Amino acid sequence: MDLLKRYIPVFCLLALVISVQLVTQFTETSFYLTQLTMSAYYSVVVIGLCVLMGYGGQISLGHAGFFAIGGYLAGALTTHNLLPFREHGLVVFLDRIGLLVAGKDLYGGNLLTVEPWAACIAAVLASGIIALAIGGPVLKLKGHYLAMATLGFGIIIYRIALASAYFGEADGISEVPGFMLLPGIEVSGSFRARTLNYYIAWGMVTCGVILLLNLIHSRVGRALRSIHGAEEAANAMGVNTARYKLYIFVLSAVFAAFAGVFMTHYNGGIGPSEAGIMKSVRYVAIVAVGGMANLWGALVMGIVLNFLSLRGVFGSYDDAVFGAILIIIMLFAPQGILKINLWQQVKQLLSHLTPALRKEETE
Amino acid sequence: MALLEIQNLNRRFGGLQAVNNVSFNVEQGIIKAVIGPNGAGKTTLFNLIAGNLPANSGKIYFNNERISGRKPYQIAKQGISRTYQNIKLFHGMTALENVMLGRHIRSKAGFMAGMLNLPWTWSEEKKIKEKSMEYLDLLGVADCADTEISNLSFGQQRGVEFARALASEPTLLLLDEPAAGLNIYETAEIGRLIMKIRQSGITILLVEHDMSLVMDISDEIVVLSFGEKIAEDLPQNIQQNEEVIRVYLGDE
Repeated sequence: MDLLKRYIPVFCLLALVISVQLVTQFTETSFYLTQLTMSAYYSVVVIGLCVLMGYGGQISLGHAGFFAIGGYLAGALTTHNLLPFREHGLVVFLDRIGLLVAGKDLYGGNLLTVEPWAACIAAVLASGIIALAIGGPVLKLKGHYLAMATLGFGIIIYRIALASAYFGEADGISEVPGFMLLPGIEVSGSFRARTLNYYIAWGMVTCGVILLLNLIHSRVGRALRSIHGAEEAANAMGVNTARYKLYIFVLSAVFAAFAGVFMTHYNGGIGPSEAGIMKSVRYVAIVAVGGMANLWGALVMGIVLNFLSLRGVFGSYDDAVFGAILIIIMLFAPQGILKINLWQQVKQLLSHLTPALRKEETE
Repeated sequence: MALLEIQNLNRRFGGLQAVNNVSFNVEQGIIKAVIGPNGAGKTTLFNLIAGNLPANSGKIYFNNERISGRKPYQIAKQGISRTYQNIKLFHGMTALENVMLGRHIRSKAGFMAGMLNLPWTWSEEKKIKEKSMEYLDLLGVADCADTEISNLSFGQQRGVEFARALASEPTLLLLDEPAAGLNIYETAEIGRLIMKIRQSGITILLVEHDMSLVMDISDEIVVLSFGEKIAEDLPQNIQQNEEVIRVYLGDE
């Protein structure tokens, strides 16, 4: 019964996803699907971060870094030609176990690159391992200090992306090939695959939401919330708080990395702005707007705000808008805008005003 | 062998010797009280036993295993549970969820099992819930099971905290001033409850300021003053102990 209640919103989500696609098909506005696909991938980062922040109570201002590690590694591995190094032992070995594929570049030259599935797994693993290594020491910090440390991590990843020739410096990586998930199902930005890719992205969001919903309603989710509530008491109840914080950090990094991999194949490339600090701030702002410990709120806001941003609604004030959102939410609705009780707010406002009014009457 | 053995325990805070070479045993199945004037080092002693603070020197054995130097969560798994002087419940969670945390060490679903919602976790969750309701019921706070913890009265919160500590089925229960902030009726109630807990086979070590409660329920009493143990005896003997009287009432 509880399970049904948990999954009903998931079915609603699926119904909404399908109806949006059908509406765009009949109204011939399917160009919207491109932004909806990208919003979906960004939302995967957001829901992972939501569980870290809202349930685990840990902040990360470096999640664009994990997204970038996934995206950049998958992009570089599937794009850089290994032919010049074909004599190298490692390349020979990878070729022998079937992890390399031959292809042609735009000008018909021969290419030898890493198979996308292998690249995807390597990229996500790398992101997870880096999260494990960073998280171990960093998650001992609390509050501002943790925010600063993760910010530092984000800056490092950004500068590495910007400075290394392997990752294309300021240009990033382009001409990333499609990612054949299964025969006939390819993550790519090609015009004909637009509807398919919309469903791939939303399939990923749905899987992610189901996994996280299960997690937060499990013994582990309860333990995470207890850490948020009173860490010392959680420890005294036998919760290994350090390990739980680390695992949820790694899990959210893995979510971000998956999103990065798929997004890079979908866009056919990735640039340093994806690793930028403003991207991390944006993810945090979206989680805050959705209401920290509210997975659905974070998802809805992740879709809406990213969609508006990608449609260019905020123009060149894009980053400023997200900064402003963060300030406004922190001031007026720290529980997230979906939790605002409008009537309560009005009553509060009235109770502030009425004494003043009464005073005027008596005078 | 005693259930809990404390040997030559020391803890300093800067120049202050909060716990000074304290040794005593807690036998299985008894209620032992630690008393002493404010600042005697009682809460520090509890924090040392529960692993929240490291000792500067000395050893603590529980069930013949050394627990000093271990982390709080490891000590909890050994079977030591506690309540706090200023109640520490998980805010943003309901009373039931708080008590369910007490079952944490008695259940095992991890990240993978949780995410995949494996069928065996359902029956585990169901058992956790049932057991937790039993403990809420025992403490007389079952009707606030679904209430968020900050909406409960102080007395109800104390009840939930007790239920949470008991839900882990501890061998040793540490109670840090269980009667603090309660009126005389509630204090008597807590006293009866502590006796009942002891009857179920749980050993109890408590810190308490309410002398009538301590004298009523304790089997043995340890008296601390300025971090040092000045007496350890039966309640009736403690009442006659001149050193103890001097510490509490001052020199004539």
